[in-house]
Amino acid sequence: MSDLLTLQAIARLVPQGARVLDLGCGDGALLAYLQQHKDCNGYGVELSDANVHACVQRGVNVIQLNLDDGLNMFADQSFDVVLQIDTLQHLRNAETMLRETARVGKIGIVAFPNFAHWFNRLSVLQGRMPVTKRLPYEWYDTPNIRVGTFADFGDLARKNKLQVLDAFGLQQGQEVRLWPNLMAGTAVYKLQRG
Amino acid sequence: MLIAESQSMLFEAPLPLQSGASIRAYSLSYETYGTLNANKSNGVLICHALNASHHVAGVYADQPNNLGWWDNMIGPGKPVDTDKFFVIGVNNLGSCFGSTGPMHTHPDTGHVYGADFPVVTVEDWVNAQARLLDALGIQQLAAVMGGSLGGMQALGWTLQYPERVKHAVVVASAPNLNAENIAFNEVARRAIVTDPDFHEGHFYAHGVVPQRGLRIARMIGHITYLSDDVMNEKFGRQLRDAVTSNATGYKYSTQEVEFQIESYLRYQGDKFSAYFDANTYLLITRALDYFDPARAFGGDLSKALARATCKFLLVSFSTDWRFSPARSREMVKALLENRLDVSYAEIDAPHGHDAFLLDDARYLNVVRSYFDNMARDFSKGDAA
Repeated sequence: MSDLLTLQAIARLVPQGARVLDLGCGDGALLAYLQQHKDCNGYGVELSDANVHACVQRGVNVIQLNLDDGLNMFADQSFDVVLQIDTLQHLRNAETMLRETARVGKIGIVAFPNFAHWFNRLSVLQGRMPVTKRLPYEWYDTPNIRVGTFADFGDLARKNKLQVLDAFGLQQGQEVRLWPNLMAGTAVYKLQRG
Repeated sequence: MLIAESQSMLFEAPLPLQSGASIRAYSLSYETYGTLNANKSNGVLICHALNASHHVAGVYADQPNNLGWWDNMIGPGKPVDTDKFFVIGVNNLGSCFGSTGPMHTHPDTGHVYGADFPVVTVEDWVNAQARLLDALGIQQLAAVMGGSLGGMQALGWTLQYPERVKHAVVVASAPNLNAENIAFNEVARRAIVTDPDFHEGHFYAHGVVPQRGLRIARMIGHITYLSDDVMNEKFGRQLRDAVTSNATGYKYSTQEVEFQIESYLRYQGDKFSAYFDANTYLLITRALDYFDPARAFGGDLSKALARATCKFLLVSFSTDWRFSPARSREMVKALLENRLDVSYAEIDAPHGHDAFLLDDARYLNVVRSYFDNMARDFSKGDAA
């Protein structure tokens, strides 16, 4: 999810000057944007060597860690915002990481591809796994080890006693507040510990 | 090829040491590469580890094969680019590569120091390095950088002279040695001290060198610098010259060199014992043992690092069990708790502790990009 509109939509949720931890920060584009436009300071967490290098190149703080090893390095409520943007679908321990996100951050912001988007539903109805701009992989080579929906995530948040501060969809960088589970390719949740 | 020139600076004034002793009329050997810019903001200090010196990069005009120990990292167009940075390599006190050490003469007694050379610590080395920078007119370093024990010095700089460093690059290092690590050092020291040629550290007067001890010290050190995987890949169970008279190829001897790994370790030991000073080995391993900035803070590394203000890059290597990634992560955690800027690369490399001296594109590229950003920052500063 690297297009500018989407990035800006996520950035709008981050308070000015916040201390940010971006789990699975990719090449650091969002953190760099937050540093430049919202006076944030922060750290990314990445596993891939190429992304770690890209972050260092951009001058973004990055910590090379496997999120599946947990967030022991980060103290309780030590960040204003913890971001999990397009990370959830790669995690083995997605539920633990969601709880950890809320432990480390005063606010957690989670975004992931919404499998219940109408286009995906149509595809599955036709008996085929969807291949879209948002889910660009074939079923046999996808790095996404789990798929979920906007609605599913709401259940998971409730199960973990997380308070949903805001939830909406994103479609082509635009906020979707009407029927997001059907109408949006991306689900976005803003949470805190209940 | 970069041509290096070894220089030396004499310091008359006594340097107070952590032990309470002091040392005076000492000299430090150093080399510099590149050009100090007008506002003296592009200085990078390189701190060396156990078996290294101020000869960091390039070769000497009269010794074209004597390559600096970090030449793959430092030089024109290298990750630490001497076309942009003024790089200083310095040899530490107590070493045997030029700076005042145990084989030199005590200015008060007129005798060779030998075992009477004062015990020096990482903190003492940092203080001595700071005096050298004073003399070179460098108030603030763009960066201090080191691997292993050199990384400890880099960390020491950020605590002893926080206002004098903008960046610290700490590679394959640790905030202190754990018991196992001290244990390895102790085995090495016992090997040296119990060598009959050691003469309680005054072997120079006897015209001998405790080479047997040094060899064993180096052998054990070498084992700990490699990984199990690399050793197996390189040597495995290969025999040096298998006999043909039986099916196993063994000589059925307890004393002969049979396995390739034995041969390799003996070779490394022989090479090392021919040039390294026994007292220096004792001093440097002790400095490693003693380094522990958290000690004065009840073991709380986070509190210890509260004095630091600079930005950090830490690098560790997955198969390094002497200075393991877990130790680097401890430092990262403490830096995070102090809200300091830190980046951390954990390179998945097979070469154990030695990896920090080897060519690995991921490692070298991260360091290169970090320094490139730094160079952009101070060139902006110059323009302003």
